[in-house]
Amino acid sequence: MSVNSSVLLAATSIGKRFGGVQALTDVSFSIERGEIYGLIGPNGAGKTSLFNVLTGIYSPDSGNFTFDGAPLDRLKPNQVAERGIARTFQNIRLFQNLSALENVMIGRHIRTHAGVFGAIFRDRRTLAEEAAIESRSYELLDYVGVANRANHLAKHLAYGDQRRLEIARALATEPKLLALDEPAAGMNATETKALKALLDDIRRDGTTILLIEHDMKLVMSICDRVLVLDYGKKIAEGSAAEVQRDPKVVAAYLGGEVTLNLRRA
Amino acid sequence: MDTFLQQIINGLTLGSVYALVALGYTMVYGIIGLINFAHGEVVMIGAMVSLSVITALLGAHVQLPSVLIILAGLIVAVLVCMTLAYGMEKIAYRPLRKAPRLAPLITAIGMSIILQNLALMIWGRNYLTFPTLIEPTPHNILGASMTDLQMLIVALAGLLMAGLVFIVQRTRLGMAMRATAQNPQVAGLMGIDINVVISAAFVIGAALAAVAGLMVMTYYGIAHYYMGFLLGLKAFTAAVLGGIGNLAGAMLGGILLGIIEALGAGYIGDVSNICGFPLLGDTLQEKCAANDGQLSLFGSNYQDVFAFFVLILVLIFRPSGLLGERVADRA
Amino acid sequence: MNRPRAKSIPPKVWAGVVLLALALALLPFVAAFAGQAWVRILNFAMLYIMLALGLNIVVGFAGLLDLGYIAFYAVGAYIYALLASPHFGIHLPFWVILPLSAGIACAFGVLLGAPTLKLRGDYLAIVTLGFGEIIRIFLNNLNAPLNITNGPQGVNLIDPFRIGSFSFARPEVVLGVAFSGPQKYYYLLLLITIGVVVVNLRLQNSRLGRAWEAIREDEIAAKAMGINTRNVKLLAFAMGASFGGIAGAVFSATQQFVSPESFGLFESIIVLAMVVLGGMGNIPGVILGAILLTLLPEVLRYTMEPLQNVLFGRVILDAETIRLLVFGVALVAIMLYRPAGLWPSAVRKRELEVKGGTA
Repeated sequence: MSVNSSVLLAATSIGKRFGGVQALTDVSFSIERGEIYGLIGPNGAGKTSLFNVLTGIYSPDSGNFTFDGAPLDRLKPNQVAERGIARTFQNIRLFQNLSALENVMIGRHIRTHAGVFGAIFRDRRTLAEEAAIESRSYELLDYVGVANRANHLAKHLAYGDQRRLEIARALATEPKLLALDEPAAGMNATETKALKALLDDIRRDGTTILLIEHDMKLVMSICDRVLVLDYGKKIAEGSAAEVQRDPKVVAAYLGGEVTLNLRRA
Repeated sequence: MDTFLQQIINGLTLGSVYALVALGYTMVYGIIGLINFAHGEVVMIGAMVSLSVITALLGAHVQLPSVLIILAGLIVAVLVCMTLAYGMEKIAYRPLRKAPRLAPLITAIGMSIILQNLALMIWGRNYLTFPTLIEPTPHNILGASMTDLQMLIVALAGLLMAGLVFIVQRTRLGMAMRATAQNPQVAGLMGIDINVVISAAFVIGAALAAVAGLMVMTYYGIAHYYMGFLLGLKAFTAAVLGGIGNLAGAMLGGILLGIIEALGAGYIGDVSNICGFPLLGDTLQEKCAANDGQLSLFGSNYQDVFAFFVLILVLIFRPSGLLGERVADRA
Repeated sequence: MNRPRAKSIPPKVWAGVVLLALALALLPFVAAFAGQAWVRILNFAMLYIMLALGLNIVVGFAGLLDLGYIAFYAVGAYIYALLASPHFGIHLPFWVILPLSAGIACAFGVLLGAPTLKLRGDYLAIVTLGFGEIIRIFLNNLNAPLNITNGPQGVNLIDPFRIGSFSFARPEVVLGVAFSGPQKYYYLLLLITIGVVVVNLRLQNSRLGRAWEAIREDEIAAKAMGINTRNVKLLAFAMGASFGGIAGAVFSATQQFVSPESFGLFESIIVLAMVVLGGMGNIPGVILGAILLTLLPEVLRYTMEPLQNVLFGRVILDAETIRLLVFGVALVAIMLYRPAGLWPSAVRKRELEVKGGTA
């Protein structure tokens, strides 16, 4: 089997229907290792549906995914996470009544092993593992910049901190692909800049990123390539600059034949 | 042993009662997603109150035909149960509408305990007998017998169910209830007073429950402060069997469950008869011989278990029930 | 790192622990002044602590509502009763039967949980309730054609706990101090209860405990983080059932008599009330809840009945009815006014301490 080893995720003809709505039709794309890949499109285009199908919350009606050389058929969300795809959610799904540190520690669950006996008897290996979990979690909190809030409950964190905490938790699962659903939503310019720096760091440290975003400035400045969806169909794929100039994309966002000067980027 | 048809008739009668009670559960669950644990107790209160009124009237030697005495008991019971349900909803359930699911469930359990013990305090611990005011005359139907009482129960239940369907399909309140059951938030935005609709669901369910309580008491001849628990559980099973939130489902589920129980209790002895098996030890063979070749592992004393098994099987294999569930959209 | 890693315990805490140990050691003798019945009440309190902690794993840690928990208690109790009494003529020792009780109860837990844990909360509650009732009905009826459980009469003359020839059921004099039967059982129960508490604390502060909390907080996010929610929930069920089974075996050995009557829906609800009252998921709170709710009927009995006699000349409402009524009202009241339980949970405590310290 010839595997193109620079491709981390390949999607072939993904289709998904919800009742009367065809959410996705014949969507195909590929993500290279180490790149930041953007997923954009007007509201209702099917971006989050694609995420949900990718991460196993729904199974596609047609088409398939190949991740790191192996197919992703019929996997449940926890199996997808184990394979190396970690995600954040559009509406932030942190464990609200647990501390920031504990949220990240839970992210370490799938890469660690202690079970009932380890919990009850606290043998040396379990204790060592627990210590490792805690210290790695602190590192990650530090990495995203919320270390000083480690013992605060997640629900008491500032909005921007919550978004970054969710990223830290996802990183704790040691993903090959980090899938972020609108991480910059609700952030102001300063926070977005900090997020951009964080994403650059993550990419530099070897994790591939798939990013749903509406903030075009962020998308254009950080994404290597971009996929554009409209009404569940792929209407463009290419580098950020190419996609930006594509009249189909412009029309989808602005609803018609318009030539636009998108100079600021 | 009763014939198949007899079992069906008995099951139909019991099932009609289950259906009435199941409607109460299904209406409430369909609109606010709460299992009203205390609903069985409302049935019990209906029975007890009507019993008290009837015995009081009889004791005072009021000169009225028996039918009117029973009717008087029924009306008072219905009114009491409706008020009770309204009060319960307002005090214990309404404040918890936004709370996590566990909270109203626990409150409902608490209410159930309170009602049982109030009944215990008022009516005592003993089984109370229902005075036979009207002698049930059996009628012969194709070899099986069906008494007046059984016919009355089935007919009355049918009438009430038809009435409920009319209310739900043809009146404004019914339309409001259907809308709220589909999507409470939007219904509220359209100007429907959700509180009124929810109270109505509780109150109508309670009225049906009161009637069911009287029916059960006349059918079995006894009433007891603990009678609501098992009946309520079985009626809830019926509602789930038919599809929770679905009125037709509750009716179908109730009748079906009654029949399943009657058939089950009737035939379980035969089905679990081990005398036919070749590998019996000596003691068991002796017992078989002494007992006319009948030695059942399970007898009709396991009747109550059927409902539970039905419930577990339905929830595992077809949780949406026979006719499909109708529960409100949650954001 | 900005979190204190110090594991050394300050002397004040040590002093507290020693005082507590002393108090616990002397408690049965203090109680005996009021009568041996009070020692038995202490013993029951500890059985309920074990039960409440077991249910706490299911309801408090993992967030699964189990209304038939008492079934596991019943299984554990009957296993001991059938293997250590004249009923079948088998007399296995306690320490052999205890793991059997735990194991078989655990198996029932897995059997019940495997098909049902995917159901949503209220359905799971009803199914577990049904299961509890099924167990009780079977226990009540498995006396014909083969007499397995002896039906409603129950099993009596169960072997008491014994170390060699040293039986726990008789009063004895050891080292010049007189111990009654219940007092000896007190120490056995205390030992087991402490073990149960320690195991629970360890479970809570472990990878598994965190996984349970994650599921309770947000199951979808937990799955997205790779947690196999089905297996983890099943583990909660199995662990809770095991503790129930252990408590059941101990109950059997202590009481030396079991009958289906002790294992009804009300008992399940009482244990649930203990967990809810104490604050779901909060171990010290649940222990407090168990103690309070075990002592409540006794307190009621000792106050309500004389009070009614004084006021009305007779007892109108017996303590049993009042107790149940109070239970019902307490459940409703807690949910309406203090859904987090009486005791502020450890989570809340952490929140309070962070606010007071450096931000």
